[in-house]
Amino acid sequence: MIRFEHVHKRYPNGKDALRGISFSLERGEMAFLTGPSGAGKSTLLKLITLIEKPSRGTVLVNNQNTSRVSRRRIPRFRQRIGVVFQDHKLLYDRSVFDNVALPLVIGGLGPREIARRVRAALDQVGLLGRERHAPITLSTGEQQRVGIARAVASRPDVVVADEPTGNLDPELSLEIMRLFERFNEVGVTMLIATHDLDLISRMSHRRLRIVDGQVAADVPAGEAGHDWEAGD
Amino acid sequence: MLVIAIALALPAGLRVIVNNVGSVSGSWQGAADFSVYLAEDVGDERAAALADEIRARDDVADVTLIDREQALADFRARSGFGAALDALEHNPLPHTLVVRPAGGASGSVEALAQALSADPAVHLVQLDTEWVARLRAILELTSRVVDVVTVLLGLGVVLVIGNTIRLEINNRSVEIEVMKLVGGSDGFIRRPFLYLGFWYGLGGALVAALLIAAALALLRSPAAALAALYGSDFRLAGLSASQAALLLGGGALLGWAGAGLATARHLRAIEPR
Repeated sequence: MIRFEHVHKRYPNGKDALRGISFSLERGEMAFLTGPSGAGKSTLLKLITLIEKPSRGTVLVNNQNTSRVSRRRIPRFRQRIGVVFQDHKLLYDRSVFDNVALPLVIGGLGPREIARRVRAALDQVGLLGRERHAPITLSTGEQQRVGIARAVASRPDVVVADEPTGNLDPELSLEIMRLFERFNEVGVTMLIATHDLDLISRMSHRRLRIVDGQVAADVPAGEAGHDWEAGD
Repeated sequence: MLVIAIALALPAGLRVIVNNVGSVSGSWQGAADFSVYLAEDVGDERAAALADEIRARDDVADVTLIDREQALADFRARSGFGAALDALEHNPLPHTLVVRPAGGASGSVEALAQALSADPAVHLVQLDTEWVARLRAILELTSRVVDVVTVLLGLGVVLVIGNTIRLEINNRSVEIEVMKLVGGSDGFIRRPFLYLGFWYGLGGALVAALLIAAALALLRSPAAALAALYGSDFRLAGLSASQAALLLGGGALLGWAGAGLATARHLRAIEPR
């Protein structure tokens, strides 16, 4: 589903964000991306969503080499990936419904199908009935759930999340993670960047630890983490 | 919006003025009539005979004889110089033939005038059409100037709307970024801005049409009064339906073009980071 082969990323300012990363995530897998701030987690996700392209190496998403996706084809490529942001990136001048509907409108679905899917997505995140509300009237946790509903509304094969619980208290964070698990259970591939080690230690999923632009550890699902994983 | 409206109203208004002046002179254009003043010693019979003679020519459509007495009576009635004319011992006006040439080519009119002036009974052939031709040339030039002004101001409208759209793009950069992140194509993101430009242009054109209508309403009665002084029933014409449609359509098109340019230049700069 997602495959990195010896990926380097050097930004124009000369900073090496990634230095020879290789890993692969199978279809239907769920993994956490951990590591200290500035280790390259965000860069890694940006390479998947084609916000950036690798300087060297290959990134394959859905068997598609991202380096070969032309600028014109990026929108179609992104339509198949759900993205959840730490700051939600909702449109605050539109209703919850319209926010969730955005990728579906872009995908060119009919209004009835859009309404059906938006309700289904809002139902899954427990916000059905709030569709007419303005996002600003919702709590941070609820706004994040709107963001998640938007990410899954178009039924993407893969969802990536960048610090989705960064602004939430532990209880809400766990709630969000359980939500991701439920989507994973129905076959969505999940890659979640987080430094909430305490939280993910309570869940048994694969953990990919990035330090200094390299894979420092790749702990399979079900195995306990190592001591040195802590301390981010 | 008002800037757009004024930029559109200026060329459209100028065009209306040119059209009106054109329609005033248009009534003279067709009539290439010219006056043939006969020599003072030509009598009534000779004048009538000459009129018949000229009327018989192939290149003449019609000849009207203006009797010297009648001419004097007209002049007395219209000029207000009655008292001064009474002081004259005899009628200073000659018989006049108003000749309407057949056909339209101006060259043949010149030739006809030449031929007529060769007659010893003819004192002077006055081609009245000359100043009409000059006016037409001036109108033609003015029309070209209006064309140039139209193009320049149209360009101005494109830039004004382009700038408005650019500001709108900057205001909505967060929204644009989110749309790009969830897979919105350039076309999808551009569309609302193109519509916005379209509506700006159409709205501006509508206001421009209203401005012109208001200006004409103000000018209508003085223009009618002036025309009445010249004994004309000339009415100031506004925008015709097709001209109004052209103004509105042109405004909308310019708005669309301005938005198109702005989006093409500035949307690309907004990319997710």
